[in-house]
Amino acid sequence: MSEPETSFLSPRKFLSHPALLTLPALAILILVMAVPLGTVISRSFTEGDAFLDNYYWFFNTPVNMTVLIRTFRIAAVVTLVCAIVAYPYAYAMSVVGPRLRLFLIMCVLVPFWVSGVVRTLAWVILLQDSGVINKTLLALGFDKVKLIRTQLGVTIGMTQILLPFMIMPLYAVMRGIDLRLIQAAKSLGAHPVKTFFQVYLPLSLPGVFAGATIVFILALGFYITPMLLGGTQSSMLSTLVQQQVLSLLNWGRGGAMGVVLLIATFGFLALAAPFMRQKYKMSGGSR
Amino acid sequence: MKRFNPGRLILGLTVALIALWLLAPTIVVVPMSFADKKSLAFPPSGFSLKWYENFFTNPQWFNSFTTSLKVAVMVSVVATVIGTMAAIGIERMKSRTAGLIRMLLITPMVVPGVVLAVGVYAVYLTQGLVGTWTGYVLAHTLLAIPFVVIAVGANLAVFDQRLETAAASLGANRLTTFFTVTLPLIRPGILSGALFAFVTSFDEVIVSLFITSPQLKTLPVQIFSSMTRDADPTVAAVGSLIFLTTTLVIGLGLIFGTRKGRKS
Repeated sequence: MSEPETSFLSPRKFLSHPALLTLPALAILILVMAVPLGTVISRSFTEGDAFLDNYYWFFNTPVNMTVLIRTFRIAAVVTLVCAIVAYPYAYAMSVVGPRLRLFLIMCVLVPFWVSGVVRTLAWVILLQDSGVINKTLLALGFDKVKLIRTQLGVTIGMTQILLPFMIMPLYAVMRGIDLRLIQAAKSLGAHPVKTFFQVYLPLSLPGVFAGATIVFILALGFYITPMLLGGTQSSMLSTLVQQQVLSLLNWGRGGAMGVVLLIATFGFLALAAPFMRQKYKMSGGSR
Repeated sequence: MKRFNPGRLILGLTVALIALWLLAPTIVVVPMSFADKKSLAFPPSGFSLKWYENFFTNPQWFNSFTTSLKVAVMVSVVATVIGTMAAIGIERMKSRTAGLIRMLLITPMVVPGVVLAVGVYAVYLTQGLVGTWTGYVLAHTLLAIPFVVIAVGANLAVFDQRLETAAASLGANRLTTFFTVTLPLIRPGILSGALFAFVTSFDEVIVSLFITSPQLKTLPVQIFSSMTRDADPTVAAVGSLIFLTTTLVIGLGLIFGTRKGRKS
């Protein structure tokens, strides 16, 4: 970046400052994100009888607490299932030949690129009482399982929709793991199970953390899938926000719920971020 | 060949099952789109093309499709230009502020959709932007910028800046250097950013649901309202068309991409 400089304060120099290039993007960010979120936050404080009225209401209404806990529980379960399912898949992606790898990547990308709403429709078809899964269960001699309008159904649908977000970072990390390390451990007499837990798993953890963070955060804010696959017994925080604002026209209470969701999301990100960065540095140094 | 290994067999079976689980929902939609009756019972009892016909002839469906297409094209142009500028600015700043700006520009990806949608709706109500082209394009551009910044940024990170210095030392001015050296080298990042921006807009549903109007609505909103109203296999026809298009685009992209990679 060594350019011939004439004068440091010339208008030309100022106009060519690289920060200026980011201004249009920042303007959109302020107009369409900062101002709207600011509106939500300020309304949650101002629209009520007292300053913290809406928050007092939120934390003292049992239904809200149930939904808040349920939101966290569903997000945690979805993240865990995603990690367990994505791990062997990403591993296979990182070790197979180029042709099979291409096929496995397609299997991840195609559903990822097919409209989320359409995929939720597919899950309605699969999970409904007379759907594919229940027909298969009946044919195999099992009883019908209630899947649609249950938390189980919501969890199944969300996991499939979020799985690519876990597979891709895992694959990126696993592709970088030097498999000679495994061979070295084996040749030194380590049992395969021990090799996995002491060598491979620690090296792949950055991918697990990165994937888990993004899946958990996205799951916390899920809206469409819980609404279409779930019933009243499985609604999540987002649905409640929408109900308050659009159905009850209560911007204050809806805003307070939104702020809780925002704090949960960014609080979790803030907790996870330094942890992930450190892990990345460690894996970078070992290569 | 390697000797038979039970571990490999188990892994292979597990991976095949997961691949099926990933694809099953998409595959189910295709036969559904040829159903003869207005129901979502699977498998459908007969064959017909009427849901495809409905999609292309019913103005409710076709207009929302063209609206989505137009919005997505505008968003991919605007977001790609703005996002590429920002990515270049961030790369050249190389300071702590640059990292902060990058982080800020990526936040729209993690803000809970409904909270953002409620806020955008509140602001649009006061500005008269509900159900307008400007409204859709602005909101979708915000959501698309992170993808462009990431894609172009990744490309710039591996870009050898000495090439720009070389061009400048040979007498090329800034603009010439940018269009003849920088731009061709970061084209893959820009193209994938533009593609992501297009898909982000074409697929966006949460914010669109809040800022929609009966006169101007996008395809995902139409799909959503159709799904909450009744069991209409037209949704499956739309899904199959999207599935076919994306598979073709990604397939060609991957084949083209790997072939290019092999050459170098």
